[in-house]
Amino acid sequence: MNAARYRRRRRLVTAGKVGLGVGLLVWTLLPVYNMLLMALDDDADEFTGSIWPPDPNLDSFWSVWTEDYWLMKHFWHQFGNSIILGLATMVLTVLIGSLTSFSLGRMRLRRGWIVSDLALLTYLLPTALLAIPFVHIMHRYGLSDSLWAVIAAEVTFATPYAILILHQYGRLIPMELDEAAKIDGASPFQVYRLVYIPLMAPALVAVGVYALILTWNEYLYQYLLLSSTDHMTVAVMINQFFDSDEAPWNYMMAIAIIYSLPPVAIYFGLRRYMVAGLASGGVKG
Amino acid sequence: MSGSRLALGSGRSAAVSGIWPPPWRWMLRGSDTAWAIAFVVPYVAVFAAFVIYPIGFGLWMGRDPALYGLLFSDPLYLTTAINTLLFVAIGVNVQMFLAFLLSGFFLSRSWWVRSLLAIYLVPWALPGLVAFTSIHFMLVTQWGLLDSLWRAVTGGDGPLFLVSAWIAMAANIVSYIWKWMPFWTLVFLAARMAIPRDIHEAADIDGATGYRRLVHVTFPLLANVYLISTLLSTIWTLGDFTTVYFVSSGAPAKLTEVLATYGFHEAFDFGYPNLGVAAMLSALPVLIPLVLLLMRRVRVTGVQL
Repeated sequence: MNAARYRRRRRLVTAGKVGLGVGLLVWTLLPVYNMLLMALDDDADEFTGSIWPPDPNLDSFWSVWTEDYWLMKHFWHQFGNSIILGLATMVLTVLIGSLTSFSLGRMRLRRGWIVSDLALLTYLLPTALLAIPFVHIMHRYGLSDSLWAVIAAEVTFATPYAILILHQYGRLIPMELDEAAKIDGASPFQVYRLVYIPLMAPALVAVGVYALILTWNEYLYQYLLLSSTDHMTVAVMINQFFDSDEAPWNYMMAIAIIYSLPPVAIYFGLRRYMVAGLASGGVKG
Repeated sequence: MSGSRLALGSGRSAAVSGIWPPPWRWMLRGSDTAWAIAFVVPYVAVFAAFVIYPIGFGLWMGRDPALYGLLFSDPLYLTTAINTLLFVAIGVNVQMFLAFLLSGFFLSRSWWVRSLLAIYLVPWALPGLVAFTSIHFMLVTQWGLLDSLWRAVTGGDGPLFLVSAWIAMAANIVSYIWKWMPFWTLVFLAARMAIPRDIHEAADIDGATGYRRLVHVTFPLLANVYLISTLLSTIWTLGDFTTVYFVSSGAPAKLTEVLATYGFHEAFDFGYPNLGVAAMLSALPVLIPLVLLLMRRVRVTGVQL
């Protein structure tokens, strides 16, 4: 009797879990599906009004590939800009973050806590709050319409998190390794390059990916700081479709899908590192 | 750093290990200090040039009290302030609570739950601009995907989502949750996995299962993570621009703007950068206590993000 009830209860729990799972799947994928639905349609400015693509084809992707529309004449160049932006942010964040966390965590710089506290402060500032003065300052620095201005902004927002994650992860590495290297006559820079960097590799990957995804996700600063077609990134270019009268939404969505591929691919490829990075450096109570 | 490790490094420090301030200074002598300083210089330079200077400049731009008089006399500003409050309060709390519950679901080790987790996290990796534009198109006009689904299910025409201020506001909040809930679920999942197994076993023996275990065991253990995450998310959401700018774009009739988009329009569309800065700065009375509280929590509990 009891066993039967238990089994029924179990089946009910499983059914509930499956239901929740299906619900989550639909919830997560509905906007993604909408992107596909719009991109696979070759009617440019009409919404189809149906839930299946009436005549699915890859024409819009082909048009994007061949840059066959005036708004996307420079698509691949702008895609290159996005990649340069992402990679530069990634490299600089990893470099600056690892140097700082090495100095604070491994070399125990006196009063180094001031730096890490200040870093936390940046992390706590809403980025939109800084945007308006930031644009003015970039004009003063002579960096208007320059990728470097955006790189500076992204590095500024990615580094604090990088420092904290690396600081946390660095605690797992025994100090004796640094000391042994020092006794063998290594200079601090050699300790950094030959001991610290190789041992920190997983955390550095996590931080690098974080910086890349942050950059890919960010729109406001790219929009405000880049204006010419030549320096524009894909994120800025996508938004230009809203200002155009013809509104070829299928091209826009095809671009959106292509633009989303790198972060999603990186996410699936390096998922393990990112989750591990979050778990080691993340919120622990 | 444990005392025993220090003891291995130096006999002198072992004698004073465990006393505050920590006995680390022996490590830095002469040229080493120079190296250590050289290593932090890049970050300090970035911080000075791109954080301190803009903040100072922003405060200077919004220094005139008359700006705030102008701001508060704008009825649109009041709507915007209320919207921001709703957006943050509902968005953050619903997101955190659901993320907390879902993290329990994702603890399951079965293959399909793990694959579902991988897909569930995709919104986090998807660029906000792209995802929110797609959601915008699901809602706008009566030929969007949601209206088509509505028609397929009920046969009648669906509502015009972005014509009602309430629905448009709800759409913003729901989209925000869609994008960011996965990230917080992951944070809670990591925290839950860090709970030692024997605590749950002890709770089992004492007969605390199901929701009792959730309320009396798991939640108290995660309370600190929950609080810190909520504070952080609140601060970030206050400055969130992308969601509202792309999902509702302020429609209908600018009734769904939040401070970030309002400040943006004032500064760059209407050409009043000082007013835009003032709009952003008007969030400071809320923001500063939150930041202080958060820093205190982080300091007291030694939690770092």
